[in-house]
Parts: sequence; C-alpha cells; structure tokens
Amino acid sequence: MTSRTGIAPGADGELSIDDRLALLRRMLEIRFFEDEVQRLFTKGLVRGTTHLGQGQEAVPVGVCAALRDGDTMTCTYRGHGAVLAMGAPLDEAFGEILGRANGLCRGKGGSMHLTDLRVGALGSYAIVGAHLPITVGAALAARYTKSGAVGVAFFGEGSTNIGAFHEALNLAGIWRLPAVFVCENNLYGEYSPYASTTPVDTIAERAASYGMPGVRIDGNDVEQVRATAIEAVERARSGDGPTLLEAMTYRQVGHSRSDPAKYRPEGELEQWLERDPIVVYERVLSEAGVDADALASIRASAEEEVAAALERAAASPEPELGSRLEDVYAS
Amino acid sequence: MIATTYKQAITQGLADALAEDDSVFLFGEDVAAAGGVFKATEGLRERFGDTRVLDTPISEQAIVGAAIGAALMGLRPIAEIMFADFAGVCFDGLANQLAKYRYMTGGQASLPVTVRMANGSPGGFGAQHSQSGENWFLNIPGLKIVVPGTPADAYDLIRAAIRDPDPVLYYEHKGLYNIKGPLRAAADARAEIGCAELVRQGGHVTVVATQLMRHRAVEATQVLAGEGIEVELIDLRTLVPLDLDAVLASIERTNHLVVVQESSFGGSWGATLVAAVLEQAFEILDAPPLVVRGDETPIAYAANLESAWLPDSQRIAEAIRRTVAY
Ligand SMILES: Cc1ncc(C[n+]2csc(CCOP(=O)(O)OP(=O)(O)O)c2C)c(N)n1
Ligand SMILES: [Mg+2]
Repeated sequence: MTSRTGIAPGADGELSIDDRLALLRRMLEIRFFEDEVQRLFTKGLVRGTTHLGQGQEAVPVGVCAALRDGDTMTCTYRGHGAVLAMGAPLDEAFGEILGRANGLCRGKGGSMHLTDLRVGALGSYAIVGAHLPITVGAALAARYTKSGAVGVAFFGEGSTNIGAFHEALNLAGIWRLPAVFVCENNLYGEYSPYASTTPVDTIAERAASYGMPGVRIDGNDVEQVRATAIEAVERARSGDGPTLLEAMTYRQVGHSRSDPAKYRPEGELEQWLERDPIVVYERVLSEAGVDADALASIRASAEEEVAAALERAAASPEPELGSRLEDVYAS
Repeated sequence: MIATTYKQAITQGLADALAEDDSVFLFGEDVAAAGGVFKATEGLRERFGDTRVLDTPISEQAIVGAAIGAALMGLRPIAEIMFADFAGVCFDGLANQLAKYRYMTGGQASLPVTVRMANGSPGGFGAQHSQSGENWFLNIPGLKIVVPGTPADAYDLIRAAIRDPDPVLYYEHKGLYNIKGPLRAAADARAEIGCAELVRQGGHVTVVATQLMRHRAVEATQVLAGEGIEVELIDLRTLVPLDLDAVLASIERTNHLVVVQESSFGGSWGATLVAAVLEQAFEILDAPPLVVRGDETPIAYAANLESAWLPDSQRIAEAIRRTVAY
C-alpha cells in the first residue's frame, strides 16, 4: 500500500532514499508553485488576494505522506500546499488561481478555495474555522460507512480562538472520531503575533479540554512531521480517537499580498530562513549521502514541471460566460 | 472643502466620535496595532490608546456578544467584523441578541452598538468575501442598516450610527474606499439615518441605488441624458428605516421606477422597496418596476464571471430605456 504521495507508509518502515527524495520533490513543487503564484499576482493575473505558505511546506507534505487513498483533507485559504500534497494536478491548481476554465473549480472558487474531491481534498475554506466541523463530519461518515478513512484538517494557530474550533474538537473527542487536527502554528494570525491573541503557551495543550492527545512538533522537519502524523493517523484509524498536532513553522511572506509584514521583529525572518524546511531537508539528505548533482536535478525537474503546468494553465481559456449560472443546484 | 477619501472619512468619523465621547470604544481583529485590514482605523490606537482601541482574537461571536454586554452597561461600542461575509459566524449575536434585546425586555434598555462591516464586489475575492451583507438582515426588526456611498455620507453616517441609541449595522463598500469627495461643512446639512439623498433631478424615471451601484447609475444617467432621458437618481443611504416617502415623492413626478442593487433578487432591499412602492403607489406607475441585480448565484472568482454578475452602467442604462419605453 502506498500513501497519497506515493511514499510507503508505516511508522516502523525506514524511509528509503527514494521515499525521502519524493518528500523533497513534493516540497519543491509546492515552493515553486507558490513562487509562481506570487509572480502572477505581481503581474496582476491573480485577482483579489492570495495567501502563500512559503516556509510551511513540510507540514502538509509530511502529514499527507501519512495518508492513503480514501482519506480526506480540509484546509484554509492558505492551502495551496495542502491541496497539492494530496495530489491535485499542478496545472488545474494554477488554472483555478488564474480563473480559467480548466481550473479545479472551473474558475469559480479562486486561490482561497482550491478543492479536488478526486484526491480527497474536500476544500480550502476562507471563513476561519469553518472547515473544522466539516472534518468532523467526514470522520463521522468514515466511521458510519466503516470505510476506514481518516479526516485531516489543517488550520492556523489563530483559528483556535474561534468557536468552531472548540465545538469541532469537543465533538470529535466525545465521539472518538477518526480525525487528525493539524495546527500550523506560523506565529501570526494576520498581523497579530500569536501571544497577543492566545492566552496559553501552546496550542497543543488545548487538546486536554477535548480528551485527546496534543503534540507539539517541529513543523519544518518533514520526517518528524510525517512520523508524528503516522502515529496520529493510525490511532484514528484504529478507533482510538482524534489527535491535535501543533506543527511549529513560519510563513516567510506576509499574510496576504497587501501585507509587507512590518510587524515582524528584526532578525526573525532571517532566523527562520535558516530553518527553511527545504534547505534543512536538502542538508539532511546530503549528509545521508545524496550527492549535490542528484539534489540539483530534483530541483530542476520540479521547477520544470511547475513551469510546464503553468504554461498549460495559461493556455486554458476563460470560463464561458454562461457557466456562471451553472453549479448552483444539482437539479 | 478639502476632498477626502471614503476611507479617510470613516477614520475621521471614528476619531471625532472617540474624541467627543469617552464611552465610545472600538474593537475587532487587527483594528488597533495594524490599523485595520482595510486601514480604516489607522492611527486611532496611537491617538486614543489601547483601552479605547483594542485588538481581539479571531472570535466574532465574542466580539458581538461583548459589544452587547458593554452597551448594556452604558458604553457605546464600535465592533468591526471586517468582511461583511463574516457576519455569518456571529449571526445569532446580531439577529437574536442585539436586534431583540430592547423589545424582549419591554424597552428596559437600548443598545447603542455600531457594527462595521466591509461590503461588496468586484475585487476578485471570491464567493465568501464579496457579498453585500445588508440583505441578510432586512427581515430582522431591531437593527438599523446604513449603506453610505460617498465620503460625506460615510462620515455623517458613522457619526450618526455611533450617536444613535439603537444598534446600527454600518456597511462600508470595499470598492469605494479610495473615491474622493468633500465632507459637509454645515452640521445641519449632515446625512441622517433614515434619510435618502436626491442625487440628481430628472422627470422621466426614478432610479434608486446605493453604494457602488449609485456610482454606476450616475454613469448611466450621463449616457441617457444624451439620449433625452432624464433620470431622477436617489441614493437611499439607509435601508432600515427606509425613506419610502422620498421614493414615492419622486415616482409621483416620474411615474417610473428602476432599482439597481449589488445582490441577487430574493429577499433583497430592492425587492422590498418594489413591494412597498406597489402597495402604496400602484396606480401612479406607468410601467412595471424593474430591479437591475446580480444573478441568482454566488459570486464567482474568474474576472469575466464576476463582472458579468455585477450590474454595470450599460446594463443599468438598458433597463432604464426599457422601463421608459414601456
Ligand atoms: C470568521 C473569519 N474571521 C476573520 C477572517 C479574516 N482572516 C483571514 S485569515 C485570518 C488569520 C488566520 O490566522 P491563522 O489561523 O493563524 O492562519 P494563518 O493565516 O496564519 O495561516 C483572519 C483573521 C476570516 N477569514 N474569517
Ligand atoms: Mg497563523
């Protein structure tokens, strides 16, 4: 059995070199994808705004590497990485962000709403907290239908202050549902540092109120993320209930495109750039004996694949005007 | 008068209210240190301090609830809910608690709460950040609803909302933040809650619009004037209470009505206005009233789909021509 990312799951199984390279490759694809989105935004080709997650790639890649076909995932407006980590096609993701007919949502959703049910990506949600109860529902359905599936939700630390977070975790806790709640603690909610809005030291400790384990991990260490996620996913799958993971990470860019992120203390970004999950993992792999050429060629091929996907997306037409009247109702 | 932007008019209105009355305070997500997501509260924390201008966690239910509690205790809170679409998260607080408190307690207290929300399309923000939220609250007696469309009205109505003894939902239009215009000098010329503005006089047809649609309707009237169609344009500025008298007085003169709104039809203010006009003035209409509006769909992200959804000056002009020619 392979996981969604084609990497052998199983906490005990050592990761092969190929598995490790696959993790790296996925992070690189997401990084290059988002770098492109940033450029497209600057060129005026992305409408409204877009929320990028450069620096956070290890969290979705590590977690989704612990999932298998049939498992589900929900995420936020900062969800390009998570949707791609589930295996959504790069070109259709670009197409959606460009508002094209080939987009994942036919151009109707946009950057904040990437959704691909084919790969279990149940949606990117732009109302903070909205998806957490929805994940509970997906997990409830998994148990109801005995599908054995697990539902994962990604969300920011700021989202743990909204009512929906507490209701969702409580319900998942009391029903011991097969869910994994993954908080990407990137230290800021919009422009507010996390300590200014959250009166506890860790998000992980909030789990105690909902009768589930809470674990804080290094979210920039993709193998640690994966290993912890495997434990949580297995716990969920075996009927032992949900887990709250708090992955410490950092968004290297502003909240959205209108945010120059001036509120960051001096030196903070630089410190985190040194702990960039991709840089860190390339170092790990190089110490494990992967030569520089191999790393460079993975980079190059990821970059090429992203560029080719963008080209396909850009060649896709605008949606037909009449399509705006479709999809409101099923019948 | 120096021209200010719509956004500056709001900031100035908030500042003047904070300066005038110690019981006024302002809170919401990122409104203080960052000066607001739309920068409409910039500089207020620096000027009034952090007991009067407060940042909150992402907790809309708590924001609205806290505004109600503080108002009960005699304060005049201004709560910001950022995008109007987020009112869904705190709907109970607004619709069941804030709106009904005074009535359900037999008038024991009034709740002078102002709730600021940012409305509107066509910014490309997608279906959950582009709606005109005022329509959601039309069927909830107890809430007043204002929808300023110019800098002068933005200033006057934020002042009026804060001064008002009742809860007021104050909708700012995202697409208007940077438009410029003069503020009103004389206090007696100020816009008041419940009072429409006659933007332009004309004998052939009454057109009623608010916010962005007011500006698009102005464009349409200019084109139509060249064709000999004289439009009387009314900006309601307040949806509840509705200035029906102003609309009826105009229809007395024009015998035609076209409403332009940035939302779909069902349950909208335009539909409500047409119903009210038909109830009272059926006989004086020479043509069926028309509501120019968005399709019965959510708002799509793609540029061409979003702009097809939103009425533009051509569509407005076409509707007016049809009504006049009926
Ligand atoms: C209900 C609601 N309130 C406010 C917002 C505006 N908003 C969008 S993102 C955000 C911050 C979220 O912070 P966090 O949960 O830490 O996620 P991050 O953006 O850091 O990934 C806020 C306040 C929203 N989208 N929905
Ligand atoms: Mg955050």
